[in-house]
Amino acid sequence: MSATSTTTNFTTYPDSQGYFGNYGGIYVGETLMTPLIELKAAAQEAFRDKNFWAEYRELLQQYVGRETPCYFAKRLSEHLNNNNNRKNTAKPVDVDIETKIWLKREDLNHTGAHKINNTVGQALLARRMKKRCLIAETGAGQHGVATATVAALFGFECRVFMGREDIRRQQPNVQRMELLGAEVVSVESGTGTLKDAMNETLRYWSEVVNDTFYVVGTVAGPDPYPWMVREFQKIIGEESRRQMLEMTGNLPDCIVAAVGGGSNAMGIFYPFLNDKSVELVGVEAAGKGVATGEHAASINAGKIGVLHGAKSMLLQDENGQIHEAYSISAGLDYPGVGPEHAFLHDIGRIRYETITDNEALEAFQILCKLEGIIPALESSHALAQTFKEATKYRTILVCLSGRGDKDLQHVKEVLEK
Amino acid sequence: MSRLTRTFEKTRNENRAALIGYITAGDPEIERSFEIIDAACGAGLDILELGIPFSDPTADGPIIQHASSRAIKAGMTLRHGIEFVQKLRQKHELPIILFSYFNPIFAMGTKTFVREAVNAGADGVLCVDLPSEHSDEIMQHVQQPDIKNDEKTITINNTIHCFHFIRLIAPTTDTVRRNEILHFADGFVYVVSRRGVTGGNSNKIDWSGLKREIAEMRCETEIPLCVGFGISTPEDVQTAGTFADGVIIGSAFQRIIEEHPNTAKQSVANFITNLTARNKRNG
Repeated sequence: MSATSTTTNFTTYPDSQGYFGNYGGIYVGETLMTPLIELKAAAQEAFRDKNFWAEYRELLQQYVGRETPCYFAKRLSEHLNNNNNRKNTAKPVDVDIETKIWLKREDLNHTGAHKINNTVGQALLARRMKKRCLIAETGAGQHGVATATVAALFGFECRVFMGREDIRRQQPNVQRMELLGAEVVSVESGTGTLKDAMNETLRYWSEVVNDTFYVVGTVAGPDPYPWMVREFQKIIGEESRRQMLEMTGNLPDCIVAAVGGGSNAMGIFYPFLNDKSVELVGVEAAGKGVATGEHAASINAGKIGVLHGAKSMLLQDENGQIHEAYSISAGLDYPGVGPEHAFLHDIGRIRYETITDNEALEAFQILCKLEGIIPALESSHALAQTFKEATKYRTILVCLSGRGDKDLQHVKEVLEK
Repeated sequence: MSRLTRTFEKTRNENRAALIGYITAGDPEIERSFEIIDAACGAGLDILELGIPFSDPTADGPIIQHASSRAIKAGMTLRHGIEFVQKLRQKHELPIILFSYFNPIFAMGTKTFVREAVNAGADGVLCVDLPSEHSDEIMQHVQQPDIKNDEKTITINNTIHCFHFIRLIAPTTDTVRRNEILHFADGFVYVVSRRGVTGGNSNKIDWSGLKREIAEMRCETEIPLCVGFGISTPEDVQTAGTFADGVIIGSAFQRIIEEHPNTAKQSVANFITNLTARNKRNG
């Protein structure tokens, strides 16, 4: 990689004000300013404490089931190589550049996705700050379940805000949260999806902020959340880096991850940012196609703006009103993106591509049939992009961020149409 | 001296608090909204906070959320809001503060916003989600205070205009931060009466705590201190008016507009008359 000959250390962001280049910062009402400054100080203090991390790692190992495997998907790799060879019959085939696809199995975590890495960390911090109650926003319900789970584990009260429409679409996760002892609050405002749930959580938090910890589910929101959540998710990349070196003797040539808010992607990419030989590809949801306007591609089709406490790339109109996002995947259905992604896109360290609903659905089915793994629709976007990258790299590592059980009903309905 | 400073001088001389009204522009629709706001300005408001609707008002309760949705649906934009200011300025001398979330201003461009707002006759901006330390994102386009009157100004076509950045202090704001905000304060300070979002009633306000806090702040600053959030009745105005320099009413107006969109012009004006009648200090 000689194109970027600079010696930027990509892992030194954000700055002291919470900015990743032009993105990030704190943009909230005054009521939340002092609580956020206190949270930042508490996070910085905890992160310097070896015991904090020791407890975090112990819980991830014994309760969550880490480390998760990096798995060589042999049949999938063969399938893609054969397919690509067939397509390219006119050209001589270079048999030495067969692509090997590896899957980082975050779907094997307790509760079925990477989300719990973050909620364990934030629950430890909440306990340290002597808070009594956890609150969270959730779209598909995965982060809500992960928060309700750690609330049960630590004995916090828990309240999860979820859009009316998402409650309807994701009943099994609502039932899970309730079993775990959380109160699920239906958010009626707006279109009743993730953006509205986040609005309502911020509103509620400003009332109960003294004894309540807001567990944000992704690398978005005001400082310190983007880097705090990243620190709790970077274990994905740290493990992957070591595992790939042990098993293949090399770093992967390319890593692919889906990006909604972007926490699984930030988690797997971050420890590789300074490895310039590793191409990093984030995948946004193109929904019905970026040209249709029904998508969630904030980086590829958005503009810089301020929402939910930070400056980032947003889907919005020319008057600064936020658009509704759309994707078949409820976890990618958000009109913004974490500020660090917007920054890494600007400086060219990460490439951001888009995948449509249909491409994701096809990848979903292929992985089921060839590997016996049912992926989450979010992760299926990363897989679909991997299929497109297959000819270009020898080894590609895909972040399989979650399992697809939650999506079965939805996928069945769509496929039967 | 700015319109805002003159207004507080006047209300102090009259031994009463300034009556500050927040109204969402564009609710229930653009033309009727202008008529309602025009009537409110004529009915005795001392200062107008002209609300620009935003799709995701995270500091607002249901009443202003609904008002914002209706206004956006009606086609209200920041540009229309600035046109409102221009039209109001032809008839009214009261200070007008543009009250918005940051994204509509950012989308317009902060420099364009300041020039157009000032040109239209606006006296300042209150940006809900732009905390004190980020004020420069807007105020970089306004010159530093001149020594004579300590007010920030901008010169357009050889005319000097004042333009204020209104800061907020919340019950959660700690003392060190509060004093920093007071140090930079400009125009007046919006003292948030309680935690949570806008709207509701005054049940959750700890009046004696609020009074004490305002007294503490007076030791730090001479800038007018105005109280808002949850203030909805003439009685609330009277209570707050005994110790604050200004009293801010918002959701109560929006509720009238929501419940009586067709007669809101008259109802809002009547409500203001009732508020004004109780806005007196004894002795």
